[in-house]
Amino acid sequence: MKTKEFLARVGSSLQLFFAKLWSKIKNLNKSKSFISINASVFSIIIGILIGLILMLIVKPGDAFYGLGIMLTGGASSVSNIFQVLYTAAPLLMTGLAVGFAFKTGLFNIGAAGQYVVGAFCAIFGAIVLKLPWYVDIMLAALGGAIWGAIPGIFKAFLNVNEVITSIMFNWIGLFMVNLIIANTPAMLSSTYGGADQSRTVDIVAVNPGAKLPSLGLEGLSPYMNIGIFLAIGIAIIIYIVLNKTTFGYELKACGLNRESSKYAGINAKRNIVLSMAIAGALAGIGGALTYLAGTATMLIGKTIPPMGFNGIPVALLGTSNPIGIIFSSIFIAYIQIGGNAMQPEFATEVVDIVISVIIYLSAFSLVIKQLIGKILMDRKHRKEKQTNIENGAAVKPESIVNTKKEGE
Amino acid sequence: MNVLGDLLSSMIAFAVPLILVALGAMYSERSGTINIALEGIMIIGGLVASLFFKIMSPTVTEFFASNPNPISQFFMSQSIVLVGILLAAIVGAIYSFFLAFASIRLKADQTIGGTALNMLAPALAIVITWAVQGQGQTAILTPAWVPLASAPVDANFFERLFLKNMYLTTIICIIIIVATIIIIYRTKFGLRLRSCGENPAAADSVGINVYRIRYTGVMISGALAGIGGLAFTLAAGSGFASTVAGYGFLALAVMIFGNWQPVKIVLAALLFAFFKSLSGMSGSIPFLPSFTNVKESVYIYLMIPYIVTMIILAITSKKSRAPKAEGIPYDKGSR
Repeated sequence: MKTKEFLARVGSSLQLFFAKLWSKIKNLNKSKSFISINASVFSIIIGILIGLILMLIVKPGDAFYGLGIMLTGGASSVSNIFQVLYTAAPLLMTGLAVGFAFKTGLFNIGAAGQYVVGAFCAIFGAIVLKLPWYVDIMLAALGGAIWGAIPGIFKAFLNVNEVITSIMFNWIGLFMVNLIIANTPAMLSSTYGGADQSRTVDIVAVNPGAKLPSLGLEGLSPYMNIGIFLAIGIAIIIYIVLNKTTFGYELKACGLNRESSKYAGINAKRNIVLSMAIAGALAGIGGALTYLAGTATMLIGKTIPPMGFNGIPVALLGTSNPIGIIFSSIFIAYIQIGGNAMQPEFATEVVDIVISVIIYLSAFSLVIKQLIGKILMDRKHRKEKQTNIENGAAVKPESIVNTKKEGE
Repeated sequence: MNVLGDLLSSMIAFAVPLILVALGAMYSERSGTINIALEGIMIIGGLVASLFFKIMSPTVTEFFASNPNPISQFFMSQSIVLVGILLAAIVGAIYSFFLAFASIRLKADQTIGGTALNMLAPALAIVITWAVQGQGQTAILTPAWVPLASAPVDANFFERLFLKNMYLTTIICIIIIVATIIIIYRTKFGLRLRSCGENPAAADSVGINVYRIRYTGVMISGALAGIGGLAFTLAAGSGFASTVAGYGFLALAVMIFGNWQPVKIVLAALLFAFFKSLSGMSGSIPFLPSFTNVKESVYIYLMIPYIVTMIILAITSKKSRAPKAEGIPYDKGSR
C-alpha cells in the first residue's frame, strides 16, 4: 500500500517537474538569456564570415578548405578533443580571473603575471619539494593570490590604478621567475642530462605523483587529465560565491559604487584586496593546470606567456559570468586547436582575427539584442493580431455595429 | 664618456615611442575615453610604415645610384620617411576610430573595443606579412637609408649622442611635445578636451559637442600611437616583427605615472627609458655590480625599471588624480 502511494507521489511530482520544464522550454524564446545567447551566436557567425573573407583574399583556392579545418579540426580526432579540453582548462581559469575582477569593478590585466607565478609555484612544489599534485595546485593558488593581492594593496591603500601595477608586476613576476629557475639547478632539464639549459625538467620524470590524475584514460591521449573538470568545478563555486552569498554581494556592490558601499558599512579596502587576491589565485591555478598535465615544461624567456592575456577575451565573450566563461573558454580552445591544424596553408593567427571580431561585435550586443528582441516581439504581436482577427471575425461584427450606432 | 653617450642615445631611442604613445594616451583620457588599444594601434602603425619602406626601397636605391650628391640623397630618403610617418599616423587614427565608435557611439565597455583591437592587430600583421613576404617570413627589415645619420666607428661623446639611433621620428617627437603642451593648456580645443574628461554634462550644457571632442581625442591618440609604433620598430633595430613587446601598455603606465600632464609624462618616460637602457647595457658599464655568482643576472637589471616605477608611484600616488569622467560613456539623456 505504502509503496503504491509513494510511487504515485513520485509520479505526480515527476509530472509536475516535466510540466514546469516544458513550460520553461516553451517560454524560452521570450526570455532575456535566449536573446543574449542569440546575439552571441550572431556575433560568432559574423566573425567566422569575416575570417572566411580574409582567407579568400589571401589564398582564394584554399579558403574553404581552411575554414573547414578551422571549424572541425578541434573534433577531428580523440586526441584533438582532449587537447581542446587541456587548452580550455587554463583558459577557463584565467578567464575567471579577469571576469571575477570585472564583476568587482577591477580590470585585472595582471592575470598573465599571476599565471606565470602560479605556474612557477606549482612546478617548484612538484620538482624541488616533491609534493603531490593537489598540494602543488594549492601552492600555485597561493603564489597567484600574493601576486594578485599586490595590485589590490597598491589600489586600496596607495591610490595607484590597478592597471599600471598589474602591468608592472607582470614583468617583475616573469623576470623574477626566470631568475629563480636559472639559479635552481634542481629545476633545470640540463641537470638531469637534458640538453636544454633554459627549460624546466619534465615533472613526470622527477615526481610522477605531481602529474594530474587521468582517471586511467591516458591511453586515449596524453592530454587527458582532470584539469578541465577541476576548472569547471571552480567556475561553479565562483558563480555561487558571486550570486548566492553575502560576501559576493559585498564584492559586487564595491564594484558598482565604492562610495555607497562604504556608506552601507562595507569595508571597501579589504574587499578590493580580497577580490584581487581571489582573481590572482584563479589565474595561478590556471598556471598549475597547464604544467602539471605533464605535457609542457616551462621555458625561461623574455616574453610573457599569452595564456594570461587570452583570459581577457574569454571573460568578455562569457560576459564575465562564470557559467558563460566555461562555454567561451571551450569555444576559444576549440577554434584555436582547429587553427593550429590550418597551417601551413594559413597562419594560425586567422583564428585570433575571428575571435577579435567576435569580441568587437559584443560591443554591438546591445544593438543586436534590441534588434532580435524587436523581431521576436513583432512576430508575437502579429500572431496575436491574427488570432484576434480569426476569433473576432465570427463574433464581433455585431458589437462593432452596435458601437457605431451608439456613436451616432 | 663613450659609454655615457651610448647610454643616453639608447635612452632617447627607447623614450621616443614611450613619449609619443603616452602623450597620445593622454589626449584620449583627457577627453574621457580610456584607450587600451594602444598596443594594437602601435603594431598597425609600425606595419604600415615598414611595408611602405619595403615597397619604396628599390626606388630609393635606384635614386642613390644615379645621384651621388649626399644632400639630395638625404632629402630624398627623409621625405620618404616623412611620408611613412604620416601614413602611420593616418592609419593609426583610422584604426582607433573603431575603438571610438564602440565606446562613444555604442557606449560599450571600453575594454571590449580595446581588447578586440589589441588582439586583431598582431594577427592581422602576421597574416599580411605572410601574404606579402611569403610563408614564415614574419619580420620586415628596416632599410639602411631610414636613419637620419650614421655615427663613425671611432665616434666621440657628442657624435654617439646625436648620430647614433637618430631618426626623423625623434625630431617629430620633440615637435609633438611642444605642440601638445601648447594645445592642452593654451588653446580653446585643449580646454574643451579637458572639460569633456572632467565633466561632460557641464561641457555639453555650454554647447560643446562632447561626442565630437571625444572622437577627436581618441583619433589623435591613434595617430600618435601609430607614429610611436614606427618609432618602436626603428628603436628595436631588427625591423618589424608584428609585436611592440608590451610598449602600448607600458605607455599607459607611463601616462598614469606622469599624472596625465604632458611635461611629467615626458620626464616619466625618460626616467623609465634610462633604467631600461641601463639594463640593456649593464655588461659594458664598469661601476655597476655584475653579480658574477648569479646565473642570468641580466634579469635583475631587467626588473629594475619596473620596480623603480612602482616605488616612485607608491610615494607620489596620493597626489595622483585621473580625469573624473574617464572610462564612463557619455549619455546625453543622463544629464
